[in-house]
Amino acid sequence: MEILDFVLTNLDLLGKLTLEHIALVVVAVGLATLTGVPIGIAITQNERVATVVLYVASILITIPSIALFGIMIPILSTIGHGIGYLPAVIAVLLYSQLPIIRNTYTAIHNVSPGLREAARGIGMTSGQRLQKVEIPLSVPLIMAGVRTAVVMNIGVMAIAAYIGAGGLGVLISRGISQSDPRQLVVGAIAVSLLAIIADRSLLLLQRKLTPRGL
Amino acid sequence: MITLDNLTKIFDTDRGVVSAADHINMEVPQGEICVLLGPSGCGKTTTLKMVNRIITPTSGRVLINGKDTSEQDTVSLRRSIGYVIQQIGLFPNMTIEENISIVPKLIGWDKSRYLKRASELLEMVAMDPAIFLKRYPNELSGGQQQRIGVIRALAADPPVMLMDEPFGAIDPINREVIQDEFLKLHRELKKTVMFVSHDIDEAVKMADRIAIFKEGKLIQYDTPDDILSHPINDFVKGFVGRDRALKRLQLVTVAEVLETESSVVTAEDSLATALQRMTDAGYERAIIVVDGDGRPVGYVSRSVATTTKGNCGQHSYNLRTLVRPEDDLRTVASKMFTHDATWLPCVSEHGKLMGVVTQRGITHHLGATYKSSRAKEQSLQHVRVAP
Repeated sequence: MEILDFVLTNLDLLGKLTLEHIALVVVAVGLATLTGVPIGIAITQNERVATVVLYVASILITIPSIALFGIMIPILSTIGHGIGYLPAVIAVLLYSQLPIIRNTYTAIHNVSPGLREAARGIGMTSGQRLQKVEIPLSVPLIMAGVRTAVVMNIGVMAIAAYIGAGGLGVLISRGISQSDPRQLVVGAIAVSLLAIIADRSLLLLQRKLTPRGL
Repeated sequence: MITLDNLTKIFDTDRGVVSAADHINMEVPQGEICVLLGPSGCGKTTTLKMVNRIITPTSGRVLINGKDTSEQDTVSLRRSIGYVIQQIGLFPNMTIEENISIVPKLIGWDKSRYLKRASELLEMVAMDPAIFLKRYPNELSGGQQQRIGVIRALAADPPVMLMDEPFGAIDPINREVIQDEFLKLHRELKKTVMFVSHDIDEAVKMADRIAIFKEGKLIQYDTPDDILSHPINDFVKGFVGRDRALKRLQLVTVAEVLETESSVVTAEDSLATALQRMTDAGYERAIIVVDGDGRPVGYVSRSVATTTKGNCGQHSYNLRTLVRPEDDLRTVASKMFTHDATWLPCVSEHGKLMGVVTQRGITHHLGATYKSSRAKEQSLQHVRVAP
């Protein structure tokens, strides 16, 4: 009851924090998609480079988010953004690289050799092969990577409240510091719900973007 | 016309240098189907893929209608060559219409033209455009998909087609049908076709010429009949099979072995006349009875003619089956076995008697080529033993 009360009296705050949270994740994963997909495609050209890039991306994802924020504070302070929005976005951007790059790479790599050869033999340039065949066929797997990144980073973004980036993590951190279980629980549930809803809606988007016939 | 001039491909593998194609010289004349045949790893596919430069030759040249392909832009070269592969390679994200229209679109045909072409091509392989144009490849059976694969290659009307075991993944019944369809298409369109196969029966059926490969070398390049009747060495002999004489049956038509000087009788002739004509013409068993228009209506056997009196009409037997001059001898032999006959009458499209095919005639025709080759071999041996 107490929790419901809290939610009802703080609807405004809850809405504001949720929007902040969504905005942070959308911007960060959006940027990550814009960089990760081209990198994923590019590394299909060279297996050695692919191994190195995927290795680096795997290492990035193992750095605890708190540590990553800590590392960024002195570096970004030099441009006056040691805490807040910028380091949060950068952290999520880096964490999103692995699922997006790896899924893009795997998808393009797995286009069947028969289709590749048909496309080549028919006289498509490498650009046309990417645009008309390889990317459309890779959409489901690339989107799955984006989904993984979004869900994972909705959680990571909750921790970014500690560096003043805002979002639903604010409720959790306040709940802990003020020993207020209502805020803690509401914050945690809100983050989980947001992750579930984001995953479902991205799944719908993925189905919409997948070419018919696949 | 496709000309291969000393075409060579050397691969560097872990097990050392392998020449997948070793100084291949051959020419596929305009409008013919040439089948590249051999066991796997013999270099037939490598040779084919050097024509559209999917594989770059190590040395040597490929000329298409006299033009060196290495001097052309690879992408536009490929657009001017139809390409069909065993894996079919239809793009699953595109409709049948989009798949067929790919090359015409790439070379800049306008929309109405390539859409019309797509419908036209579907009709050529007896698939209803209204049903199939908007479908996706995964909604089609394997046989239908490969038909689309073939017409996609034909879409921009290329003079040359390359086919890499195109019907290899299709079940045997559908394969026969699709082979027949392709031959029919080919008779209309007269493309120059290079076709890879490992199936001697397919090669004999499809080819104007067969090129037999072994370990990267072209062993024999000849018409199917010559390959079957005069295999150049034991490898070719083994590859075409011990029943090669039987395989030749499908290459020969009735017209080639027809005995036209047939003496006949009419229904009104007496049996004595029939017997007389049989004796004159040297027929041992029977003579054909024809009507006023020269159509065969039955036959009179010698035993009846010698023992009975009367006219032919009363004492003739019905003819069990007829053949046409364009039938191949495999069909004829099959009919002979089915009806336990040693000869069959052959009729024109108007039903007029043209002559008869006899078992002796067939055996003689097939045997003649072997006799001449044996004589040649013997004379060669004779030369060799001579000091």
